[in-house]
Amino acid sequence: MDILVSGLLLAGTYALVAMGLNLQYGVARIMNLANGEMLVLGALASFWLFVSAEISPLLAIFLVAPLSFAGNWLIYRFLLRPLVKRSKSQGQLEVDSILATFGMSFILVGLMLSIHGAYFTYEFLTQPITILGSIVALNRFIAFLIAVAIGASLYLWLNHTRPGTAVRAVAVSPEAAGLVGIDVAKMSAIAFAIGGAVTAVGGALISTFITLDASIGIIFTMKALIIVIMGGVGDIRGAIVAAIILGIVETAVATLIDPGLTLAAAYLIFLLILLFRPQGIFGRRPT
Amino acid sequence: MKVASWKELGIAALIALLAALVPLVFDAYWLSVSVTAMMYIALCTSWALFSGPTHYISLATGAFFGIGGYLVGTGMSDYEVSFWVMAAISPIVATLLAALIGLATLRLSGVYFVIFTLGLAEMIRNLVSWIQNNFLGSRGLYVLTDFTESHIYWMLLIIACFVYLLGWLVARSRLGFALKIIGNDEAVAKHVGINTAMSKVILFMTTGFFAALVGAVIAPRYTYIEPNQVFSPELSFLVVIMALLGGAGRLWGPLVGVIPFTLIWEFVSIQAPNSTTLFLGVVFLLIVYVLPHGFVGRIEQLNKKLREGRS
Repeated sequence: MDILVSGLLLAGTYALVAMGLNLQYGVARIMNLANGEMLVLGALASFWLFVSAEISPLLAIFLVAPLSFAGNWLIYRFLLRPLVKRSKSQGQLEVDSILATFGMSFILVGLMLSIHGAYFTYEFLTQPITILGSIVALNRFIAFLIAVAIGASLYLWLNHTRPGTAVRAVAVSPEAAGLVGIDVAKMSAIAFAIGGAVTAVGGALISTFITLDASIGIIFTMKALIIVIMGGVGDIRGAIVAAIILGIVETAVATLIDPGLTLAAAYLIFLLILLFRPQGIFGRRPT
Repeated sequence: MKVASWKELGIAALIALLAALVPLVFDAYWLSVSVTAMMYIALCTSWALFSGPTHYISLATGAFFGIGGYLVGTGMSDYEVSFWVMAAISPIVATLLAALIGLATLRLSGVYFVIFTLGLAEMIRNLVSWIQNNFLGSRGLYVLTDFTESHIYWMLLIIACFVYLLGWLVARSRLGFALKIIGNDEAVAKHVGINTAMSKVILFMTTGFFAALVGAVIAPRYTYIEPNQVFSPELSFLVVIMALLGGAGRLWGPLVGVIPFTLIWEFVSIQAPNSTTLFLGVVFLLIVYVLPHGFVGRIEQLNKKLREGRS
């Protein structure tokens, strides 16, 4: 039971981060391997605001979100858009965007190391509470609630508003979306920026209950990628289920066997998915 | 065409011969830089064998290299097996692992392959540390041999020559031709009846083999082996950078990338050890935006211009 509860709480933030990556890959067609670094940057910002100005991470989110939105928009507009334009095929774009985002992730890690080389530790809402008979820290629960709220509003925005529908149209087919009068370049930039902002906010939330450091981003990139692939690219429902599976399996492995093996557990899941359901949990086989 | 390719092989042999003289001329410091460079030449050339024609970016080098070094370490200190036996076993283990990874991921799109190899070194490191801590006892692994730096250098040179020769042969074989078609358009390759997955897996296995062999041969240099040190994700990235900087499209491309990069890297690591990560990132961006085909692409572009200017 303890495992289920804390696994589920962890899954909330994982799902949020995977949603961000899903927007970036599914809509903007950029395989963003600097995603984890964006998460750590959000975490660093909220850590720094808390330590230096005692600003609560819950308020810091309101600063992190617009800043990371703007930052990601600029990255897409000036660094990634030229790659989209120059590539002749999806494969070429994938290789280019992978290399470019690797470059960005190294630059971000380098910069963050020079800002704060040690662990981001602070104590925020650590008092224990009881949920369904198991004791967890309040910060985990709060982070979960916020993640769910953000995820739900993102879902509603995508499915029930005009710009949201336009974003989904680009995800289905950029060419067809262009034909019906959608500004594909603009929508891709917005989707990429929202994806980055969501990821950074996820990072700020995670920093309240997990101790991070500047170079841990790549682990979160891996996890987000595994969730996106497990859920099926562009499938929000699938991503949520995948995040829950990963969250629970990781927690189970960490408590029952060894915390050092969580990545190995994630890999095992990844391998099974690749072997049996490469199109995602709910995905249909391509014809 | 035939004459040109024999000429290419002749030039390569001449360079190899000159390279063999390095330990006789250089002092200890430059010899150690040369060993590092030779290690990367072997790793990058074998990386480019697979990733050059297919455009699949493999980040598994660190994992295979680590297997080579770690197995030599365990074999020699825990089981008292000789260096040569372990140096022969470890590439085989890595080849088998590469076959498994290849079979699982190379049937699918390239992204899955990149992602899978991305965390591979880290995952194996976690797994090895866990096994060592819980079942084997965390003793240090010592690799004690009579090899000097010069010996290691010559062994690496021989491996590099082998890789080059293999690449030369593959490029002129049916397999090489098939890979070129796969790299240009995988759908076309499938339609003309190429077993795309199999060709990719075979090539990926060879890069796994050589990366582990290099890891095994260089192990005596470190004397003391630790999982944290041999399974380094950074190595995978360095190999990708150097190979792409030179240009993965030509067999001699990585060579042109490794030598300048090793020198600059040496300089940066000494002068500004805290900014190495930042530097790596900048070089990555440089490759994507300024040198998409590496130095080789630039050289061939210049050549073409010169020729056009003359005629």
